[in-house]
Amino acid sequence: MRISPPIRRCLAVAGAGALALGLAGCATSYAPILDPQGPVALGQRDIMFRAFGIMMIVVLPVFVLAAIFVWRYRASNAKARFEPEWESNGIDALTWIVPALIWATLAYHVWVYTHAFDPYKPLDPYVKPLEVQAVAQDWKWLFIYPEEGIASVNEIAFPAGRPVTFRITSDTVMNSFFIPALGSQIYAMAGMETRLNLLADRPGAFRGRNTQYSGDGFPDQHFAALSMTAEDFDAWVAKAKASGEGLDAAAYEALAKPSSKHPVTYYATVEPGLFGHIIARYDGAMAMTAMDHGGAAAE
Amino acid sequence: MFGRLTIEALPLYSAIAMGGALIVVFGTLAVMAAITWMRAWGYLWREWFTSVDHKRIGAMYVILALIMLVRGFIDAIMMRTQQAIAVNSDGYLPPDHFDQIFSSHGTIMIFFMAMPFLTGLINLVMPQQIGARDVAFPYINAMSLWLTASGAALVMVSLVIGKFSTAGWTAYPPYSGIDYSPYVGVDYWVWAVLLSGIGSTLSGINFLVTIIRKRAPGMKLMFMPLFTWTTLCTSVLMAFAFPAVTVVGVLLELDRVAGMHFFTSGDGGNMMNFANLLWIWGHPEVYILILPAFGIYSHTVSTFSGRKLFGYTSLVWATCAIAILSFTVWLHHFFTMGSSANVNSAFGIATMIIAVPTGVKVYDWLFTLYRGRIRFTVPMLYTIAFIVTFVIGGVTGVLLAFPPADYLMHNSTFLVAHFHNMLIPGALFGYFAGLNYWFPKMFGFRLDERWGKRSFWCWVVGFYLAFMPLYMLGFMGMPRRMEHYDVAAWQPYLVVAFLGAVLILVGLTFTIVQIVVSVRRRAELRDPTGDPWNGRTLEWATASPPAPYNFAVIPTVTGRDAFWTMKADGTAWRRPARYEDILIPRNSAFGPLIGAIAFVLGFAAVWHMWWLVALSAVLAAIVVIIRSSNDDTDRLLPAAEVERIETAWLAEVAAAPRPVDEPARGVPSAALPGAAT
Repeated sequence: MRISPPIRRCLAVAGAGALALGLAGCATSYAPILDPQGPVALGQRDIMFRAFGIMMIVVLPVFVLAAIFVWRYRASNAKARFEPEWESNGIDALTWIVPALIWATLAYHVWVYTHAFDPYKPLDPYVKPLEVQAVAQDWKWLFIYPEEGIASVNEIAFPAGRPVTFRITSDTVMNSFFIPALGSQIYAMAGMETRLNLLADRPGAFRGRNTQYSGDGFPDQHFAALSMTAEDFDAWVAKAKASGEGLDAAAYEALAKPSSKHPVTYYATVEPGLFGHIIARYDGAMAMTAMDHGGAAAE
Repeated sequence: MFGRLTIEALPLYSAIAMGGALIVVFGTLAVMAAITWMRAWGYLWREWFTSVDHKRIGAMYVILALIMLVRGFIDAIMMRTQQAIAVNSDGYLPPDHFDQIFSSHGTIMIFFMAMPFLTGLINLVMPQQIGARDVAFPYINAMSLWLTASGAALVMVSLVIGKFSTAGWTAYPPYSGIDYSPYVGVDYWVWAVLLSGIGSTLSGINFLVTIIRKRAPGMKLMFMPLFTWTTLCTSVLMAFAFPAVTVVGVLLELDRVAGMHFFTSGDGGNMMNFANLLWIWGHPEVYILILPAFGIYSHTVSTFSGRKLFGYTSLVWATCAIAILSFTVWLHHFFTMGSSANVNSAFGIATMIIAVPTGVKVYDWLFTLYRGRIRFTVPMLYTIAFIVTFVIGGVTGVLLAFPPADYLMHNSTFLVAHFHNMLIPGALFGYFAGLNYWFPKMFGFRLDERWGKRSFWCWVVGFYLAFMPLYMLGFMGMPRRMEHYDVAAWQPYLVVAFLGAVLILVGLTFTIVQIVVSVRRRAELRDPTGDPWNGRTLEWATASPPAPYNFAVIPTVTGRDAFWTMKADGTAWRRPARYEDILIPRNSAFGPLIGAIAFVLGFAAVWHMWWLVALSAVLAAIVVIIRSSNDDTDRLLPAAEVERIETAWLAEVAAAPRPVDEPARGVPSAALPGAAT
């Protein structure tokens, strides 16, 4: 059978698409979104997969019908029926009803999962989470551990299996705080505080970063997110405490100046209330957690 | 005197930036020299620049769009090249330059490619589809064109004098505020957007009034061709959404030059308000771009399947539903801003509703193919590619509408792939289909099919290669706007994407070749009848190109597919009992003059030459007042002249080798282009 040029070309397009997808398939180990390391990322990935599956009910018929119709009703095929006035109220109605039903199904999922994965919601009400205050700067991240009284730059550590609650702000332009392997990103905005709750299942080294373009140093604005055993975490805290450096107002001002590829730095002490002061620098701004978020955050 | 404009504004900081500037300067000089050499200035000024004829304005919009498409694409392939090589290295573009490029790429493609392209096609076609002689406000139409052109000129000038914004096409504060972006880039962005935005608002109002007021007798709303329907909805969106971006631009500029704090911290300013206001325009804007393309596809799919459109009523209601819903979803652009789960779910669910009418449309187009006789012309190929490809973008869009999924994919290349997957097949391919379909209505001849098909295949395959890898890169955690990176695993995908961009470059080149070849073959490609495709709607009832008045006698409409009916009952191309005098608007220098003044005003404001800003504002006011006080704006085309034009055309129609009884036989003629394939 001779394949007509348009069809042959369609096959070529399909082949190219399949190639791209195939290329995509061989490297999942590098894909933190597809290989989640915590319950948040896992749930978010799975809802994406499920929604994808539900949508195939309306999407696959499009591909199949398009291929069949285009082939069968080509002008050169004299055998095909030609009914230029053909209409069908039944099909017309189906084109509304089926997508509407799928929408209703998806809408239910949106409601349930958006509430389940509200970044502000504590992951386990019976476990006291580790609190970390994250401050976006040009072009690095400062992490303050208020309970441990330490701070670090471009590296963050937490015990695996224990929820971590982030309080996030920015001391520069808008940033977005994201550890892809753990899920859920949220903006960091000057004068405001946003929140995020994450959990790593197992020890591991992940990468986090700012995803919101913020200037020349943006590409290198990433940090190491280290999930470790409780003992290793204690050792990590002790290492920071042994660093001898203190983060007082003057040290903070120096740190806040723009810098790229800032080396990992530990601070043994942190001026109390520093996080609040950073937010308060932007006068007239509002504490977003309290005002804007109707969710679970208690301020 | 010159504000902050000094010699430092020249792009001496980088050889590549200097090269870009030289290309702009010498390109402009070359075009001007060519026009001078052809002694075409007088002709261009009299017949084109000062024209208020909606067909000519439409053609000029399309030409502007094609020029800006080339510029925007050069930006794109420069970014692809940089990202293909910049693993653990700086590549060939410094961050400051790369950041200007992604900002100008988005700004140009949205404001100065897509907007002029769709406005041009609407101008060209919509008045003919409703059996009108012109738009409601021909002079405002010219003003819209020249305001858009002046905005585009500002963006181009920023290549040579000063720098463009590095804040991305959305210009979020505080980054776009004066503290973080002190130089002229953001001001160029603001003024380009403001000027073209005013033009677009006026276009929207103009089209709206035209459709409401100027339809031929008998053309009820539910008889209107689908493209007119989508134009109506797009115009509503333009008229209501564009003021938001105008306001947001003005407020941002006040923050920058007058020390105010609408969006920057201090005095209660809040950056979140910018995001809200911008996307209250920005989301309807997506549908402003896509709806006209939906209209185009509705015509091409029906014409080239040789049958009536399946589900006309559904398509109309789906269009209206999309237009209304588009105002209810803006928050999905910033699910990650910390809104409550209730707010995020509400906007996520609202966003997904749009998939319902869109799904309806896709199925209506599909079932228009059913039991048709499909001719694989260039517009039809784009239509088929669109149906298949757009669905993929729809799926990824619904995924992003899940707030929890968006928390993973926001700001990633997955998002970049998604919106290109909507806008390239959804909008640009539609415009290309429209360009190939309606080109005879601009210049009287068809576009070459062979080069059109070559271009088509490069565009489609290039699109898949360029954007499918970006979906995967999103899963791999790659953010958008990376000037360099240190994750080696990303590089293979970026190389594939680069190859896709190269293929698109070939496609774009073939598009240009297609136009050149068609101009050279214009005699054989000539469209003597005005109905080259066996069309169904009224724009095919006019000559190609149409006479200045479109219709010697305004047709009376009795149903949908009005021209098809006329051909079926033998009333098409019929000589009326008698011709009448026709009033047509006189050409006017008013449009280009306003455009030139607006350009000077914008340029002066960018560089803080406040005296010149004031001077040009006063001048603009004076020009508008003078123009508005002039009541003698029409000229009379005497009946004898109309008769001469019409008789010559009808003689050509009669001589054309083409059966006029096709609809009655219901079979597309073998003589028609594309029937043999």
